[in-house]
Amino acid sequence: MQAKGKIIWISGPAVKADGMSSAQMYETVEVGKDKIVGEIIRLTGDTAFIQVYESTSGLTPGEPVVGTGTPLSVTLGPGMMGTIYDGLQRPLDKIAAKAGSFITRGIHVAPIPKKKWNFIPEVKVGDTVHAGSILGTVKETDLIDHKILAPPTAPTGKITEVVKEGSYDKDHIIAIAEGKGNKSEFTMHHDWPVRQARPFTQRYDPELPLVTGQRVLDTFFPITKGGTGAIPGGFGTGKTVTLHQVASWSDASVVFHIGCGERGNEMTEVLIKFPELKDPRSGKSLMERTVLVANTSNMPVAAREASIYTGITMAEYYRDMGYDTVLVADSTSRWAEALRELSGRLEEMPAEEGYPSYLASRLAEFYERAGRVKCLGSPDRDGSVTVIGAVSPPGGDFTEPVSTHTMRCIKTFWALDTKLAYSRHYPSINWMTSYSGYSESIDKWWVDNVDADRPKLRLETYTILQREDVLKEIVRLLGPEALPDEEKLILDVARMIKEGFLQQMAFDKVDRYCSPEKQVKMMKLYTDFYKESQKALKNGVNLDTIRGLPVVSSIIRSKYEIPDDDLGKMDELSKSMLSSFNELANKEVAAVVDTK
Amino acid sequence: MSTQNRSSGLEYTNISEIKGPLLIINGVTSSAFDELVEITTPAGTKRLGRVLEIGGGNAVVQVFEGTTGLSVSETKTRFLGKTMEIPVSDQLLGRVFDGLGRPIDGLPDPVGEKFIDINGESINPERRDFPEDFIQTGVSSIDGLNTLVRGQKLPIFSGAGLPHNLLAAQIARQATVPGKGEEFAVVFAAIGVQNSEAAFFRKSLEESGALKRSILYVNLADDPAIERIITPRVALTAAEYLAFEKNTHVLVIISDMTNYAEALREISAAREEVPGRKGYPGYLYTDLATIYERAGKIKGTNGSLTQIPILSMPSDDITHPIPDLTGYITEGQIVLGRDLHRKEIYPPVSILSCLSRLMKEGVGEGKTRNDHQNVSSQLYSAYSRALELRALAEIVGKAGLAPNDIKYLEFGDLFENKFLKQGFDENRTLEDTLGIAWDLFSTLPVDELTKVKQDEIDSYLKVK
Repeated sequence: MQAKGKIIWISGPAVKADGMSSAQMYETVEVGKDKIVGEIIRLTGDTAFIQVYESTSGLTPGEPVVGTGTPLSVTLGPGMMGTIYDGLQRPLDKIAAKAGSFITRGIHVAPIPKKKWNFIPEVKVGDTVHAGSILGTVKETDLIDHKILAPPTAPTGKITEVVKEGSYDKDHIIAIAEGKGNKSEFTMHHDWPVRQARPFTQRYDPELPLVTGQRVLDTFFPITKGGTGAIPGGFGTGKTVTLHQVASWSDASVVFHIGCGERGNEMTEVLIKFPELKDPRSGKSLMERTVLVANTSNMPVAAREASIYTGITMAEYYRDMGYDTVLVADSTSRWAEALRELSGRLEEMPAEEGYPSYLASRLAEFYERAGRVKCLGSPDRDGSVTVIGAVSPPGGDFTEPVSTHTMRCIKTFWALDTKLAYSRHYPSINWMTSYSGYSESIDKWWVDNVDADRPKLRLETYTILQREDVLKEIVRLLGPEALPDEEKLILDVARMIKEGFLQQMAFDKVDRYCSPEKQVKMMKLYTDFYKESQKALKNGVNLDTIRGLPVVSSIIRSKYEIPDDDLGKMDELSKSMLSSFNELANKEVAAVVDTK
Repeated sequence: MSTQNRSSGLEYTNISEIKGPLLIINGVTSSAFDELVEITTPAGTKRLGRVLEIGGGNAVVQVFEGTTGLSVSETKTRFLGKTMEIPVSDQLLGRVFDGLGRPIDGLPDPVGEKFIDINGESINPERRDFPEDFIQTGVSSIDGLNTLVRGQKLPIFSGAGLPHNLLAAQIARQATVPGKGEEFAVVFAAIGVQNSEAAFFRKSLEESGALKRSILYVNLADDPAIERIITPRVALTAAEYLAFEKNTHVLVIISDMTNYAEALREISAAREEVPGRKGYPGYLYTDLATIYERAGKIKGTNGSLTQIPILSMPSDDITHPIPDLTGYITEGQIVLGRDLHRKEIYPPVSILSCLSRLMKEGVGEGKTRNDHQNVSSQLYSAYSRALELRALAEIVGKAGLAPNDIKYLEFGDLFENKFLKQGFDENRTLEDTLGIAWDLFSTLPVDELTKVKQDEIDSYLKVK
C-alpha cells in the first residue's frame, strides 16, 4: 500500500512526516509539492524520518509526502558510458538543458536515453537463460560492447521468443523466457537497488595486477584487479591528481569516477580532459570508457551519501558483463561527513568525533563490494570491480576515525606525505609508510609477462631506499661528510631513484604513463649504476668523479626523454653507462701505470 | 536588503524562549524552512532573522542582529513568506553596504533590476567552464610559483599581525590579464574586521581609482556577530550577478573567514548540536563549500568569479579545522609565514606550503611562457633543498657541507631577498619574475638543473 503522509518538522536535509505507517525502511518518497526525492532512514510509530536529496529551503509543514514502494535504485542499460551523473543518477547535461547553469530542485530526468540501439541477439529460441545471462549485445561506444543481461533476479527459463538483430529502444521487449510457472519479458534495462550488492557466482583470489603506469604504484605498492586501496593525505598532497592518473591510465575496461563532496572544477576538468586523452592501449578517447558521478561539495549533502552506492552499483553492472572496472571515490571522508551530518540531525548517540557508531560497518560493506568474480549466468565470464577510495584526514592526521576504519577494510595503502608534496615530490607517496598486501600474489604475473628478474630488481631498489632512510638519521645529526664514501654513494643513488624513478610528472606527455617493461628496465639501470659505482669505489675511483659522470643526469632524464615505444634507447643508455665506468677503470689503470 | 513588502506574511507574538542568537516561537501555523522573519523589538526597531528549524508548531529563528533588547512578551515577529533576497543591478558598483546589504554610504537604496536569493544555487558541474586564463598579480611568488587563474578560488592563510591585507590590496590593485586589458570589478566582503582594516582597504581602492568598479560589504568587529553568516552570501550574490549576467570579471576578496566560522559555531552551540572538531559543527565543511564553490566560469558567459578568501590561522596552525577544511575545498592556498615576516621580507609567502591547483592550466606555451612550469618546479626543488641544508648547517656548521651544498645555501638567501621580496607598489611582469629566476639558477652548477629541459637552459640561462 502506498504511504501518504504530511511533513511535520524540517531541519536542513532532515524531514519528519507522520501518517507513514505503511512505509518501509529505505523506501524512496516524494517530498512536498515539488516532489523532491527523499529516502526513509528511520520509522517510529507512524512517523518517518526522511533524508531529502535536494534543498529543503521553502518547504512547509503540512506539505504531502508520498511513498513510491521501491528502495533507492539505479536504472542499468545502454547509454551510461561517457555520462556525468549526480548522486541520484540524473544526467547533469539533461538537468542543465532543463534548468540552465545552476541546479534547481525538483527536476526529473531519465537516467538513460530513450534512443534506439542496434541490438544483436546472442540467444536463440530454446536456449536456457539463468539470472544474469547475456541475451545480446549493443555497441555502446567504440570501446564498450554493452551486454544486455537478464536481471540477477530473473528465474531460470527457456527462450520462447527473441527479436532479430535490429534497432530497438530501451523499453522494447527483446526476449521472452518461460520457466516452471513463470514467464519473463526482457528489455534492454533493469533497475537495481543501490544499497544491495549485485550477486555473482564465485569470488577469485587477487592475482592479476591493475597496471596503472605509475612507477611507485605498480612497482612498490601494487593493487590488483578486484582489489581495494585507499589513498589518504592532507590537502595539497596530490590525492586527486594521483586518482586521475589511475583513472586515465590503468588497464581497466571501464572507469567510474565518483566526485563525492569535492570541487566542481575538478569534475569539469575530467569532463574536458578525458575526451582529449587517448587510452594508451586502444588509442580511443578515455571518455568512451568513463562514467562520472558528481556530487560536489555544495550540492545537497544527502545525495552525497547516496552517490558512492550509485557509482558502485553501476560498476558491478559492467563487471557482470565481464569487464574489469575501476571505481575511484574522491573522497570517502566527505561521504562519512554526510553520514555524520544526517546522524546528528537524527540525534543519534555519536561515537568518535561525532561520527555515528555504524561508520566502520558502512565502510566495510562498501569496500567488500570490490572483487574479481565469476559472473552469474551464461556464458562463463569473469569481471572485476577495483575500489580506490581517497581519504581526506583533517590536518593530515591518519589517526582520525575515517582513516583508521578505512585501513581495516583495504589491502593497498598509498600514504601521501605533506613533506614530499611541499618539496614538489609527486606523486608524494611515502615509500616507507605505504604498503600493499598484494605484492607477493602478483609476482607470478610479472615473471610470466614482463621479466623474470623483476622480483630481484624490485628488492634491490627498495633496499637502497631503505638504507637511505636509516642513513638519513645519521646525516641529520652529523652531516653527510661524516659518512664513508660507500654510504655517501647510497645517499646519491637513493636521490637519483627518488628523482628519476619515484617522481613521475603527471603533466609530461611521456612521463605520465610508464609501461611495465620500462619500469623494469629503469630499475635495472639504477641498480646496475649502483653496483658499478660500488666496484669503481673499491678500485679507488673518487666519489666526486662518479658524481660528475654526465651519464648521471641522462639516467635521471630517461623517465621523460625515452618514450615507451622506443625502449631500445634504454638498452643503449645502459651500455653507455657501462662504458663510462669502463673508461673510468681504464683511466685508473693508466694512472697507476703512470705513477709506476 | 529588500525592504519591499512583497508578501504580507503572518504575525506571531508567542515567543517561548530566547537563547543566544535564537528565538523560539510557539503556535506557528504556517512557515517555511529558511523563511525570512522580521522582528520588531519592544523599542519599535526592526531586525531580521531566518527560520532554522520548523515543526510541531515551533519555529527556531536565528536573529541576524542579535537578541539584545528582545523580550519574551513584547517582541513581535512577522514571517515574510520568502527567503532572504537582495536587489541587484549595475548600480551596486561604487557603493558601500553593511553586512546585510543595507547602504551605509549615505546614499539611497539601490534600485534593483531584480531580486535574487542570497543562498545561491550550485553551479551544474557540466556547465562549468574550466578556468585557464592567467591573471598577472605582479607578485613574483604568486605569478611565478602559484599562478592564479580567472575563476579560481585561492585563499590566503595568514596569522595575526601578518600583512595579508597589504597583499590582498596589492592583488586587487594590480590584477590584470596581460594582453586583454579587461579590468576586474572588485567585491570586498569584510567579516568582523577592525575599523582600521576596512578603512585601509577602502582607501587603497580609492587611491588607485578602483573604487568606482568595486562593491564593499562591511561587517565590522563590533557589528552583530550573527550578521556574519549573511555577509559573504550577500557579497557573492552580487558578484555572481555581475559575473554571469553582466559578463564582468569579478574578483571577490573575503576577509576574514575565521570570524565567519566562529559565528557559525556560536549558532550551532546555541542549538545544542553535536559538535565536530574544536566545537565547530560537523557540517562546517559543507557550509564553507556553499561559499567557496561560488567561484568559477560558466559556459556561454564571458564573465568569471575569482575568489580570494583570507583567513587567519588561530596560533598559526594550518591543521586547525578552518584552514584545514578550507584547503580541501579551495584550489590551493597562499600561506604567509612568520619567519619571513620577521626577516622583513614582504610579501612573506612561505612557498613550500603554498599551492595553486589550477596553475598547470594557466601557464606554458601560448599562455605564459614555455619554461614557466619547469622554472617553478626547479625553484621549488632548489629552495626546498636549501632549507634542508640550512637546518643541517645549524647543527653541523657550514664546514660539514659539500661545496655544492654551500651553493644551495647561498641560493636560498638570494631567493628570499631577490625573488620573494618586493615592494608594496612594485608591479612585476611575468617576464621580470622569470628573469629573476634564471638569474638565480646561474648561481647553481648547470648539472643540478634537472627540472628544466635542455632547450630551456639553452635559451634562458645566462652563464656567468
